[in-house]
Amino acid sequence: MSIRTPLAHVRGLGTAKDGTHHWWVQRVTSVALVPLVLWFVISLLGVSHADYETFQHWLGNPYRAGLMVALLVAVFYHASLGMQVIYEDYVRPEGAKVVAVLITQFVLFLLGAISIVAVLKVALA
Amino acid sequence: MSAANKRPLSPFMIGPYYKPQMTSVLSITHRATGAGLVVGTLLLVYWLAAAAIGPKAYEHAQAVLGSMLGQLLLFLWTWALFYHLANGIRHLFWDAGYGFELPDATKSGWAVVWSSIILTFLCWLIAAP
Repeated sequence: MSIRTPLAHVRGLGTAKDGTHHWWVQRVTSVALVPLVLWFVISLLGVSHADYETFQHWLGNPYRAGLMVALLVAVFYHASLGMQVIYEDYVRPEGAKVVAVLITQFVLFLLGAISIVAVLKVALA
Repeated sequence: MSAANKRPLSPFMIGPYYKPQMTSVLSITHRATGAGLVVGTLLLVYWLAAAAIGPKAYEHAQAVLGSMLGQLLLFLWTWALFYHLANGIRHLFWDAGYGFELPDATKSGWAVVWSSIILTFLCWLIAAP
């Protein structure tokens, strides 16, 4: 058994070079989401009771469809980063943590893909 | 597990060790609303997918979301969204180095609480059929 501390094993190996990447991308997506969410909520007030034709026409506008796709990308990316931090703080042991993070990321990626395809299908119909 | 891993850790903010504080309660609420919104995306995906499937599925989804349970979930989701948005902006100011003094953090905290409640009711008043 080695009496070296865990820190001594890694000292001198240098940094992983992306230590702040997760933190930074979470901020970038949150800054993007401030105007996108406000747009989304205000827009939904207008179409919350819309029939299919009105809704189709509403989403058929390319600017709206583009904003919607941008919102969905930012939402699911931000969600995935946020859930990862929650699991990292509360889930033990390490194996369960990794499994929880991976499953959530796969599910969120899939939900993002489904919703973007749905928006495009309505918008391009 | 090595001895190094058994050293005492600082206790979790919610629990028997600390008196509940406004700032810590708002902090854990930020996480709770974040996780809640992730579950809430299921409703958004369901709604968009229904619209993509066709008029019949869309009408059905509108009926489901218009039901008592659907409306309750949407109401809670609206509040969670505004809370996470407002507190997220508060966090961005902290990231930029502003508002760390305790009186400022308390004031901005109450601003988050009240703005999230007011905006939620405002939305539902405007969107009322």
